[in-house]
Amino acid sequence: MSNTFTLDGKEIPFQDGQTVIQAALDAGVYIPHLCHHPDFPPHGSCKLCTVKINGRQTASCTMKAQAGMVVESNIDELNDERRALTQMLFVEGNHFCPSCEKSGNCQLQATAYQLHMLTPHFDHFYPNRPVDASHPDYLLDTNRCILCSLCVRASRDVDGKNVFALGGRGIKTHLLVNAKSHRLGDTDFSGEDKAANVCPVGVILKKRQGFAVPIGQRTFDIKPASEYVDSRMPTKEV
Amino acid sequence: MHSAYIDPILERYGHNPTKLMQILREMQEHFGYIHSDAIDHLVARLGILRTQVESVAGFYEFFYLHPPGRYRILFSDNITDRMLGNMDLLEQMCRQLWIEHGKVSEDGLVSVDTTSCTGMCDQGPALLVNGRTVTRLTMDRVEVICELVRNEIPLEQWPAEFFQVEENIRRKDVLLGSEFQPGAALRAAFALGPQALIDEVKTANLRGRGGAGFTTGLKWEGCRNAPGQAHYVVCNADEGEPGTFKDRVLLASYADRVFEGMTLCGYAIGAQLGMLYLRGEYRYLLEPLQAVLENRRRANLLGGNILGQAGFDFDIEIHLGAGAYICGEESALIESLEGKRGTPRNRPPFPVTHGYLNQPTVVNNVETFAAGTLIAERGGAWYAGLGTGKSAGTKLLSVSGDCTQPGIYEYPFGVTVAQVLEDCGAVNSQAVQVSGPSGVCVSAAEFERRIAFEDIPTAGAFMVFDHSRDMFEVARNFVQFFAHESCGFCTPCRVGTSLLRNLMDKLHNGHGSPYDFEEIKRLNVLLQSMSHCGLGHSACNPVLDTIAKFGPAYEKRLQHRDFTPAFDLDWALAPARRSTGRDDSAAHLHDEAIGEQP
Repeated sequence: MSNTFTLDGKEIPFQDGQTVIQAALDAGVYIPHLCHHPDFPPHGSCKLCTVKINGRQTASCTMKAQAGMVVESNIDELNDERRALTQMLFVEGNHFCPSCEKSGNCQLQATAYQLHMLTPHFDHFYPNRPVDASHPDYLLDTNRCILCSLCVRASRDVDGKNVFALGGRGIKTHLLVNAKSHRLGDTDFSGEDKAANVCPVGVILKKRQGFAVPIGQRTFDIKPASEYVDSRMPTKEV
Repeated sequence: MHSAYIDPILERYGHNPTKLMQILREMQEHFGYIHSDAIDHLVARLGILRTQVESVAGFYEFFYLHPPGRYRILFSDNITDRMLGNMDLLEQMCRQLWIEHGKVSEDGLVSVDTTSCTGMCDQGPALLVNGRTVTRLTMDRVEVICELVRNEIPLEQWPAEFFQVEENIRRKDVLLGSEFQPGAALRAAFALGPQALIDEVKTANLRGRGGAGFTTGLKWEGCRNAPGQAHYVVCNADEGEPGTFKDRVLLASYADRVFEGMTLCGYAIGAQLGMLYLRGEYRYLLEPLQAVLENRRRANLLGGNILGQAGFDFDIEIHLGAGAYICGEESALIESLEGKRGTPRNRPPFPVTHGYLNQPTVVNNVETFAAGTLIAERGGAWYAGLGTGKSAGTKLLSVSGDCTQPGIYEYPFGVTVAQVLEDCGAVNSQAVQVSGPSGVCVSAAEFERRIAFEDIPTAGAFMVFDHSRDMFEVARNFVQFFAHESCGFCTPCRVGTSLLRNLMDKLHNGHGSPYDFEEIKRLNVLLQSMSHCGLGHSACNPVLDTIAKFGPAYEKRLQHRDFTPAFDLDWALAPARRSTGRDDSAAHLHDEAIGEQP
């Protein structure tokens, strides 16, 4: 029996050990995702990539592909729930797209468009979150953090610097910076780091770089998230 | 300054970063909180990151990175505490101490706040003061406590009866009623050999007592057969499910059975180390339990070549939790044992093959291990004959709420809810919440249902509500609990439980409309289908159950038939009223009753 499963009726080949989303993205089929990144091992926290496998819902980024699986992804039931999750991420933080430098390059925004999200739907939490401008070259605006922990993983696993971690619990979970002052400027973080170039939203931003690419010509202005398939394209461009 | 008290602690824990939680606990017991300079010292001595310390300390409720007051008072806030008037007592205490709920007093003396159920439901209302349990609170007792705090009397000089924890064992069956000679079960097991012992446990059809009911014998066998450098036994005593307190009683009075059960398991799976994960709320049990372990070591029931069994070396360590319900989930518990945040792991792989330090690990409930000793002593066939077809043996129930005889009841599986109600002296009962907030709400029409895996499975909680209780408020208390205890890892649970709490508060405040009611139902579906672990999956249970069975309790709150604005101008003025000390009619925008602040 060949190593394939079906995804919304399409035959998807996979290598042993691959997860459902890895195989799907390799085959050019988009499954909405935010905390998953092709360069990192499965994480499984945003739950946007949830699919139905043999009728049961599970995150496709942590589920290993198996021959003969019947996977449903692009169906109304799941897209409705993914839209609700995206709305949750919007109301949990403080996201003001029109004034955000990441607008047009932001995966959260692009995913929201992809899922036809027209309003935040839920009541906003309006949390009080800090902005850290202590680093000479980078700005840290945690108002936009969606707690995907990609910067945590990149700094730890690729850069070997461990600049970031998640602290707190529950709705008070937040990004931590590894310095007694908790300031990015007091760490060895640099623009060369993978962690500086992996944030899917507008938390980690390069200073003195605004509107280098005009609105309307940015990554997701040109084509929607589903046409990039995985998240390597937009993050390179930042 | 910090090295003086930290270094001996680090020495005792062998400078082992996986012991971080125990190190932090002992540091805090000495200094009162975890000082930023103390973290520098840990970073230098353990070779760990500052963020590692801060992310762990920030996760658990009983760790403090800022001074929480020299007297840190936490009122248990389970629904049973509320029914006994804990909120009035808390307000009274705040008034007498001149402090605001949740804030530290200006002089750094005291803070008063709430915490999740502390497992004293049969003798509430209860509180924790600097980690020590005070039971059976009354207005008089609160007054005395305020006096003791104001005069800065050390806890050791407080009246001993304040800290008295009763057993309240009301019904004994084979587990609580049998004499036990420490070592008897081990001797029987040695006569059988490891595989035959597992076969007995399988024959007994013993199923996990933590609620999920996985077959214990299969778990032990799976672990025994899993390859690894070492095998581990973990006893889950993180009894965090509100309304449950049977493990506390087992550990207080039947600890030998529990430890012997763990040792049996160690023998069966080939482990050398067992760990008891004791919830932080039961801190007062630490020294007594260590004394039991010491006795067992002296009797060669632990240590090397146990009871002369050549090559069987086994010992048990106690790991104290620090206030996180999620650590009752076995993979989160293992993360916590390893000195990390208690975030549930992605599964598979399961702990039985990849558990503690990624090695094969059996995680069982306290009661499961205790039952294991009965099986070793009297055989699997005997045990299988107790209870019902699919639920062998007996079950301990923690009975609390509206009844005259709250406490511990041991029944063979298959007992009806009605029978338990009769035995505990409950009259005029409206509902029973079986197995806590994540369990089932049983209405009067269903009281003939049975406690068994075939019908109502349970981890042991049995909270009784009579007709005077408002089942909406019960569900709201449970929703607050889940929002407070969500670990924050996955989006649906982290945000969804808080959204659900806010909607329930909106209904409570009299601003709900049918739209909100539909929103609640929709959120519950999302939580159930999208969450990472059981906490999120079951966070909707109390609401779905009470909506289905006690619909009128919700409907009477839907005073507005159509849309209601989420924003209430008069309510928004509340902080201004508080800061000016005004509450006269001119300080309000209209006469409508003022809701409670969400």
